[in-house]
Amino acid sequence: MSNLSTRERVLWIVAALVIALYALFPVVWIVSLSLKAPSDLANSQFLPTQVSFENYRLILVGEARDLFLPALRNSVIVSLASTFLAVVLATFAAYAIARLDFPGKRVILTTALAVSIFPVISIVTPLFDLWRIIGLYDTIPGLVIPYLALTLPLSIWVLSAFFREIPWELEQAAQMDGATTWQAFRKVIVPLAAPGVFTTAIIAFFIAWNDFVFGISLTSTDAARPVPAALAFFTGASQFEAPTGAIAAASVVVTVPVVILVLIFQRRIVSGLTSGAVKG
Amino acid sequence: MSQISLRNVSKKYGDGFPAVKDIDLDIKDGEFVILVGPSGSGKSTVLRMIAGLEDITDGDLFIDDERTNDKAPRERGLAMVFQNYALYPHLSVFENMAFPLRLARHKRPDAEIKEAVNKAAELLELTEHLDRKPANLSGGQRQRVAMGRAIVREARAFLFDEPLSNLDAKLRGQMRTEISRLQRRLGITTVYVTHDQTEAMTLGDRVAVLRRGELQQVASPRELYEQPVNLFVAGFIGSPPMNFVPGRVTDGKIELPFVDLKLPEKLSGAIEGRDGDVLVVGIRPEQFEDASLVSEDQRDKGTEFEVTVDVTEWLGNELYIYVPFEPEESVRQTLIELDRELDGGGLRTQLVAALDAQSRVREGDKATLWFDSGRVQVFDPETGANLTRDDEVAAALGEEQEQLRQEALERGRSGAVEHGKAGAVA
Repeated sequence: MSNLSTRERVLWIVAALVIALYALFPVVWIVSLSLKAPSDLANSQFLPTQVSFENYRLILVGEARDLFLPALRNSVIVSLASTFLAVVLATFAAYAIARLDFPGKRVILTTALAVSIFPVISIVTPLFDLWRIIGLYDTIPGLVIPYLALTLPLSIWVLSAFFREIPWELEQAAQMDGATTWQAFRKVIVPLAAPGVFTTAIIAFFIAWNDFVFGISLTSTDAARPVPAALAFFTGASQFEAPTGAIAAASVVVTVPVVILVLIFQRRIVSGLTSGAVKG
Repeated sequence: MSQISLRNVSKKYGDGFPAVKDIDLDIKDGEFVILVGPSGSGKSTVLRMIAGLEDITDGDLFIDDERTNDKAPRERGLAMVFQNYALYPHLSVFENMAFPLRLARHKRPDAEIKEAVNKAAELLELTEHLDRKPANLSGGQRQRVAMGRAIVREARAFLFDEPLSNLDAKLRGQMRTEISRLQRRLGITTVYVTHDQTEAMTLGDRVAVLRRGELQQVASPRELYEQPVNLFVAGFIGSPPMNFVPGRVTDGKIELPFVDLKLPEKLSGAIEGRDGDVLVVGIRPEQFEDASLVSEDQRDKGTEFEVTVDVTEWLGNELYIYVPFEPEESVRQTLIELDRELDGGGLRTQLVAALDAQSRVREGDKATLWFDSGRVQVFDPETGANLTRDDEVAAALGEEQEQLRQEALERGRSGAVEHGKAGAVA
């Protein structure tokens, strides 16, 4: 930025501010809503007149607790499980695709691409029927499996691109140095692919964490229902009152882990990219 | 310290392309052998088959009399330096060099690893860079780290795959001497692949010349230069390359485009009974002299002829002159094909002469050139065979080289002990 003129710099800052405001406004609004007392909700003001934690009390220890906490637990389990499985499976699959020459390699890649652009809504109804027949309806695996179908193709594509960038000589060098294939993979390839693995993990986690369609269609009780679906079941104190405050508070609670996750992983991704310097 | 033997080794790729055909090669303990050839000659494939990175389709590979065809690379105990160095970018220089020692197979206590790495780093002048990452090193330093990684462990042999081709010319010269010194000092069997003939000529005890996957000749650099077995080897070794001039044999003489060549007694056997045949005469550029600079008694021993100089290149230490000529139609195709195979352009047939820099010959001049008729080589254009090759002289050259090698090895090994640097490194 040092070679920019003052004018350009001001323009850049203004543009950045506009974009940041645009992106942050809804988030701030939700935070502000979540801190409003019930009486404040409809007062047409942006900021609460008095900061109240009533909404948080409601969802964490109050009446909405039985609706929100199991849903939070389900969301965490389902998202972590599908992320973990997607990353592990995609790592092996992508490694094979990048390194080995086997018949049907192109078919696998094109199929993966086809699956990832398949409209989600069209498979919900058949899945609903199928899950009910084989007993996966309203269970955690019943959600993890469709999420894997969404996250795996993308993960395989991202990771195989990463693996392809790692020169094959590195592995051969490791083998010459006395490493087994597994040691070469674990000590050389995996550390180098770490930024790719983290990127993939974040993407996979978001897809699962944010999903609403499967969450609402394939669950019926708090045995498996994730947060985005559970929010739709929040009710107000009376049937004439919208549960806006509680929903806002729940939204804030589910946003926080995502933000933290990004901050942690982002550092890993950036450091990985700069020190990687794969090129010999 | 090992000997490596290849017996009828062949490599066919999945698509049926034969990359290496029936290679027989014995590499002695402590010997420095160069595999050289133009691109596509299969030299790297041979090296990678020795390393175990490439399967051997047919034939046997022995390391110390043990058949190693089916062993994994890590079980062969060889160290390899790759063309692009293949350093681990996420590890420091120290950890890169310690990597082989940290693997279970060679597991050693930390103190011992540290000692071995420090010793190697000292040998390669890398001590001050041990904490840096490969990305922050210069090309020459990376090259040295790659070598360090090879020497820290007690490898049975070193394999080099064009290790200097990514360096600039000056550094390449320095590293070349460094590799030579290191090999002598450690006395480790070394196989070195290159397409650079300066490296081949200067580094190797013996040089194996490959052409389209077939071994042409394995011999000392000197023998390759003076007693090549065929057109290909003669054309590949030497820079600028040997001139190939076709000529028809008539009355015990060869009619070259410029002059009739009368072979001296000792070479005349080559053209006996070949009256009327077209043969190819090979004359190295440096065998030509500006006739005016040759002393009287020398002139009688050679052949003189007059040419019109087309282009000159003055390099300070010598003067190149170029003289185009029209080759005999029947061998033109052979010569053009040969030039293509040698990575040339197959453009035009011309004579290149490297004259003394004091020569006053200029472009467009008529010049009188002289060459020693006793040093030319005569080839059969059909088979490519060298008709003037003297097996006795060749054998003597081979023996001489072997003796020199033993002496150098002896010197290197005793020198290493004196300096107290043998120890864990050697």
